[in-house]
Amino acid sequence: MGVISTFLTVIVVLPIAALVWESKRDGTHAFWQTISSPEAVGALKLTFGAALIVALTNGVLGTITAWVLVRDEFRGRSLVNAVIDLPFALPTIVAGLTLLAMYGPNSPAGIDVAFTRTAIVLALCFVTLPFVIRTVQPVLIELDMEMEEAACSLGAGRLAVFRRIVLPNLLPGILSGVVLALARALGEIGSVVLVAGSTTHTEVASVFVYNVIQDGLAAEASAVAIVLLAAAFALLLTVGALRFFVTRHERA
Amino acid sequence: MPRRLGLRAIALGYLLVILLAPLGMVFYRTFQHGLEPVWRVLSDHYTVHAFEITLIATALAVPLNTVFGVLCALAIVRRRFRGKGLLNAFIDLPLAVSPVVIGLALYLLYGRTGWFGPWLQAHGIQVLFALPAIVLATIFVSVPFVAREVIPVLREQGNEQEQAAATLGASRWQRFWRITLPSIRWAVIYGVILTTARCLGEYGAVAVVSGRIEGKTETATTLIDDMIQNFQNGDAYAVAVVLAAIAVLVLVLMTVTRPKEAL
Amino acid sequence: MSIEIRNVTKRFGSFLALDDVSLQIPDGSLTAVLGPSGSGKSTLLRIVAGLEQPDAGEILLSGEEATAVSPQRRDVGFVFQHYAAFKHMTVRDNVAFALTIRKRPKQEIRDRVEELLELVQLQGFADRYPSRLSGGQRQRMALARALAAKPRVLLLDEPFGALDARVRAELRDWLRRLHEEVHVTTVFVTHDQEEAMEIADRVAVFDHGRLEQVGAPAELYDTPASEFVLRFVGDAVRLGSALVRPHEIVLRRWPSDGAVEVEIERIAVLGADARVELSDGDGDRLSARLRRDEFEDLDLTRGEIVWATASASHRDAKAQQTLR
Repeated sequence: MGVISTFLTVIVVLPIAALVWESKRDGTHAFWQTISSPEAVGALKLTFGAALIVALTNGVLGTITAWVLVRDEFRGRSLVNAVIDLPFALPTIVAGLTLLAMYGPNSPAGIDVAFTRTAIVLALCFVTLPFVIRTVQPVLIELDMEMEEAACSLGAGRLAVFRRIVLPNLLPGILSGVVLALARALGEIGSVVLVAGSTTHTEVASVFVYNVIQDGLAAEASAVAIVLLAAAFALLLTVGALRFFVTRHERA
Repeated sequence: MPRRLGLRAIALGYLLVILLAPLGMVFYRTFQHGLEPVWRVLSDHYTVHAFEITLIATALAVPLNTVFGVLCALAIVRRRFRGKGLLNAFIDLPLAVSPVVIGLALYLLYGRTGWFGPWLQAHGIQVLFALPAIVLATIFVSVPFVAREVIPVLREQGNEQEQAAATLGASRWQRFWRITLPSIRWAVIYGVILTTARCLGEYGAVAVVSGRIEGKTETATTLIDDMIQNFQNGDAYAVAVVLAAIAVLVLVLMTVTRPKEAL
Repeated sequence: MSIEIRNVTKRFGSFLALDDVSLQIPDGSLTAVLGPSGSGKSTLLRIVAGLEQPDAGEILLSGEEATAVSPQRRDVGFVFQHYAAFKHMTVRDNVAFALTIRKRPKQEIRDRVEELLELVQLQGFADRYPSRLSGGQRQRMALARALAAKPRVLLLDEPFGALDARVRAELRDWLRRLHEEVHVTTVFVTHDQEEAMEIADRVAVFDHGRLEQVGAPAELYDTPASEFVLRFVGDAVRLGSALVRPHEIVLRRWPSDGAVEVEIERIAVLGADARVELSDGDGDRLSARLRRDEFEDLDLTRGEIVWATASASHRDAKAQQTLR
């Protein structure tokens, strides 16, 4: 026990404590002043907006992909299944570079979205792709087909089966995946930094924090960092609550 | 059937647009002028040094986080203690929080004005903008992976096998080495693979604390960024391809060792 | 080795699992600990093995205080309901485990494992992994594993609970024979009264953490010490104010002292016996079990009114009194 808490304190807790302390040192007034500067507000708005779009996109497309991977049969399915984890394995900076190669100035497809907000969404979709798929997939595998067959035999159409049987069972998984994707998208820097650059129009919160640190203004950076940290904590709690809610029926 | 094909097309199309086409492009761009320029970049002194830094940080972070992850998982699953919820939350934190925020937190702790800064400076120990900070950042971002993989496996196994071993005369140590560890070994291996991938690819936190001094504290990932900023796109592709190749290897290992649904 | 359990109490939070239990298990006996789920029987077994610590009381093994001794030094063999097979080891390595960690010579281990596998009839399965065995085979492997280091006591926690009916019956028989061969003091926990009565030479009945009665199977059946034991060991029906066994009910066509007026609701002939479903004046149902010849002499038909009494002459009068 002692080993665990010492390690965690030195590696994780102390740095976080230093960050929280730093952001409070100059008082709440200074904190609000930093946080309400147009640059900071713009960066946070862009970050939360893009993250939300990305999380929802992956909520829909990730669920479809998970369904295809579990219920559909085609050649190369296991290969596709393996490829899903690529964003976990690939360094984010490399992910950014791959997108730049495909959708940048020299795009072979003639699509150049570099340094636009579209590029940000694209990059975030890339890095958050596995989350929804990997939370929905196991639920779908476990899901008893007999339940759907029973619903069919009771006269439910395909849409009704999906809406009343499949979706309610998948929803906790989808939501967990969406929340995890949201958390990841809010903090992402590596994949974004190359494709979005740091024009005021495309500066996400983490890039903003990074640039402010480079300017030697660590205290200012800590204000925005605290917002990101708080959001991360809130989302973690949400995932925990979802997990609790899902297992509640099983424990009773 | 058309519905099924439609969904399949959507899913595969999405993967193609987002994942596969861009990845393929990097390989194409890297090798379009042959192997020779790639080799020149990779054998460059600065490139080699950057990879060395990345490997050192990974070599330190992976074993530490493996031991910590296994101990942590055992504590969370097998023991009752106060503050378990807190421990759980702090383990997951590195997954959810921005690497830049992690970098900043370390910067504030070890920097000149930070809590430990003055003491470190007085004793002539350089942490920030040096290897120690890079290692600390790498450890921080890769804390959760082993524990997260091992916890569900331990939960599912219960501890009946350990109890059986105890009644057969096995000591605590023997129970851990002969029963517990073998039964979680695939989860540990899977966690180690994920940890390694994360360590090799870390960018945001390292970018903040390393200072990115060329030939000194530059890592493979920050090197790619710098090459792009200096319009050396071809060089960046060459470095990226090495990391991408490692990622593909990681992917293969992940597929082979993925915890099976049922044993 | 004899086991003595002295005034053992165990709580889990607010739940009282064992309430001041004292029980003696003689050397070489085959004892069943019988009770419904939640009666504390498994907890008792785990305390004897050292897998749980009692809140109060003590455990004596061969007359020696052993309450604080860790399970690894108690020299007991424990068989778990869900086998607790070491999944990553072959059957051979599972069985050899206790000997391997005691660093016995290789040849000795090999011989002992062969001997045990033969005893549990798993000779051809030594190199298989537990996942490729059936439930019954896994349980036999677990038994062999528990016996390997020649424990002084064999403890079995619902050993047949997870098996299907046919395999259960086979293993019961087999355990009985095994005990005759090996003759190690054996305690097994079960919720199945038939299983307990069939295998054990002594049965201890538990309810709500208390020991209700201990004795030979026939003793429990014929002279139950409490209503609970009467109901739990064998069938029991309520006739008037008394609890009786269905086969103790005597039906007559005329009223007599203490007889209860009942209506015949249903008749089922079951080979040598017949079951007659009755309802009394209050609408309560009970069933009587008659010998076939008795039943035919009475010539009963559905809807008839008859009078029922209990022939409990063989039962201890004192026990009857406590029941009423």
